[in-house]
Amino acid sequence: MAKLRPEDLDKIAERMRHQTLLRDGAGRAKVTVHMGTCGISAGARKIMSVLLTEVQQQHVEDVILTASGCAGLCSREPMMTVELKDEAPVKYVDLDEDKARKIFADHVLGGKVVTEFALGVGSERLS
Amino acid sequence: MSKDTSPIEAPKTYRVQLLICAGTGCVSNRSFKVRDALIGQISKQGLSDEVQVVATGCQGFCAQGPIMITQPDGIFYQMLTVDDVPLLVEEHLVKGRPVKKLMYTPAKGEPPIPKLSDIAFFSKQRLIVLRNRGLIDPEKIDEYIARDGYQALAKVVTSSSPEQVIERVKVSGLRGRGGAGFLTGLKWELTRKASGNGKCVICNADEGDPGAFMDRSIIESDPHSVLEGMTIGAYAIGAKNGYVYIREEYPLAMKRLHIAIDQAREYGLIGDNILGSEFSFDVAVHRGAGAFVCGEETSLIASLEGRTPEPRIRPPFPAQSGLRGMPTNINNVETWANVPVIINRGAEWFSSVGTEKSKGTKVFSVVGNVTNTGLVEVPMGMTLREIVYDIGGGIPGGKQFKAVQTGGPSGGCIPESLVDLPIDYERLTEVGSIMGSGGLIVMDEQTCMVDVARYFLDFLRSESCGKCTTCREGIAAMHDIVADICNGQGKREDIGLLEDLADAVKDASLCALGGTAPNPVLSTLRYFQDEYEAHISEKKCPAGVCRALIHYRIDPDKCKGCMLCNKQCPQDAVEGMPKEPQTIDEEKCIKCGVCRESCKFEAVVVE
Repeated sequence: MAKLRPEDLDKIAERMRHQTLLRDGAGRAKVTVHMGTCGISAGARKIMSVLLTEVQQQHVEDVILTASGCAGLCSREPMMTVELKDEAPVKYVDLDEDKARKIFADHVLGGKVVTEFALGVGSERLS
Repeated sequence: MSKDTSPIEAPKTYRVQLLICAGTGCVSNRSFKVRDALIGQISKQGLSDEVQVVATGCQGFCAQGPIMITQPDGIFYQMLTVDDVPLLVEEHLVKGRPVKKLMYTPAKGEPPIPKLSDIAFFSKQRLIVLRNRGLIDPEKIDEYIARDGYQALAKVVTSSSPEQVIERVKVSGLRGRGGAGFLTGLKWELTRKASGNGKCVICNADEGDPGAFMDRSIIESDPHSVLEGMTIGAYAIGAKNGYVYIREEYPLAMKRLHIAIDQAREYGLIGDNILGSEFSFDVAVHRGAGAFVCGEETSLIASLEGRTPEPRIRPPFPAQSGLRGMPTNINNVETWANVPVIINRGAEWFSSVGTEKSKGTKVFSVVGNVTNTGLVEVPMGMTLREIVYDIGGGIPGGKQFKAVQTGGPSGGCIPESLVDLPIDYERLTEVGSIMGSGGLIVMDEQTCMVDVARYFLDFLRSESCGKCTTCREGIAAMHDIVADICNGQGKREDIGLLEDLADAVKDASLCALGGTAPNPVLSTLRYFQDEYEAHISEKKCPAGVCRALIHYRIDPDKCKGCMLCNKQCPQDAVEGMPKEPQTIDEEKCIKCGVCRESCKFEAVVVE
């Protein structure tokens, strides 16, 4: 990898936007599993492997599955965020493997929010 | 008045207003560039008199940023880029046709779940340090760059002198987030001005307070923000080498830090000739063995040099003579993570957040007897009440709030009566506690404050490095006295003796470990002396915690004889027939409390 120049930062940022933004056709849905120490100790790895299995078994190709750090609300881990194209992200809390499977089937594939496991919709307010 | 004769001109009215978000989230998604492009394109189309572009505060849709709302038609655009601007201006502003593909369209029939911005846990927080939490994959540097990562470093190495950077950090009012709250810019300046062969910067990630996990979480969720901050600091100070001193107990944080360093080096964001400039700087990770005293800067340096971690007399301060005699600047993880934002958004903006002398935000790990435990970032000056009740969701189980412990073993307990205290460095010191690194332990009515003091003394006596007699022997002596009080062997003169010992330990210990060790005892004595009195003279523990002073009893009027406690008791100490009131055999009872937890009728009482 070549060493960057200041102007390269903008190019990387643009490329990333095209790769990760659902609007630009990167995918139909993005699922983020929150994997800080708190999430992992509460079982986030199991949630991630359930989702990976679902993606593989059902040959889903338009869902971006990714990991991120702690979402802040450690007492409600494991948590994940589901974002469908053109819709606000939904945060799910207190997950287990069965709940993750249901959310994947109903929300990620079916487009219907699983309200019983959802904490809220939208994203956090930065300053 | 029949006629308006005011000479003031009516404000200019526009046909359309474009409200573009300038919150941190949208700015890091380049909303200022989009704004500038909009203004340019609007003037190109000759619409400057009709259309006004306004930068607004955060709208709370940061993940969709940059967002823009058009008035009066109320169209909500999301994820705008500079490339979208010509189309948007042409279609929406010239032809009056909103651009569907850029719009945010809520799903038909909004789902019946709350908005994150309506949930107090999230809405009361203000994210600067944790700006990327949950949004980026911490193991991918490109995701950090996509959210304006390393732009501050680029700005600094291409267009600012080290002195200008120091000036900006000074003007921002940023103070050390590791505990003492020293002005960061001033610390940098002292290290820059110190003469010495080679200089270095250190990131203190030796987070040791029980219940504190701010630094771990920052590194786990956004390691590049810390690296970028350190690199900017190194540029300002003139340092060639940097170290992150992190405890071995943080394997995930360490793994992500190593990945981040490797990726940054590959991109030339650390290493030789950073971003093509003359500036070179590299970072190494040092794993600490988890000794509490290593959070103290001179002990940390000793440990880095391979010596026993013991503090030394200051001066010389590390800024004059630190690691291997080099002028050394040590800042905590959270302090470093603030730096890129200060450069990007400006020192004035940063200093507009917070209180008069405490600027910006503080990250707290909220733990203990509170409904929402977690990691929160709030503006300095927020009251304890807002943190405990609004963000923390209050005390679970309908119990009463009793106190909050801040600053870990070096801090103090703040009673319920001070719940409206605005939290900043000065206020916390006034009430006998400290900001510390940000651990915030919430305690309910079933917490014994004497037992809390005993717990912290027990922690500190085993963590004292032993160099200073007062710290080594004094804390142990204080512990034994408080333990005696908990065991019902307290004497009237103990309180005076504790206060005398506290003075000696404070005055005659070299470092902050000993210097602040008596705080938990002093603050509990200050606010909860009646509890000490009850333990000493009445031989009672009002909170029902100290086992030597309590008895479990079953209230025969409330007991239904359901036998649940009888079955659960590990000692078979509960006796009685089904459907008849039970009794507890005091000879067998070990006061574990299982019966009280299992009882559905509140029939088990502690006396």
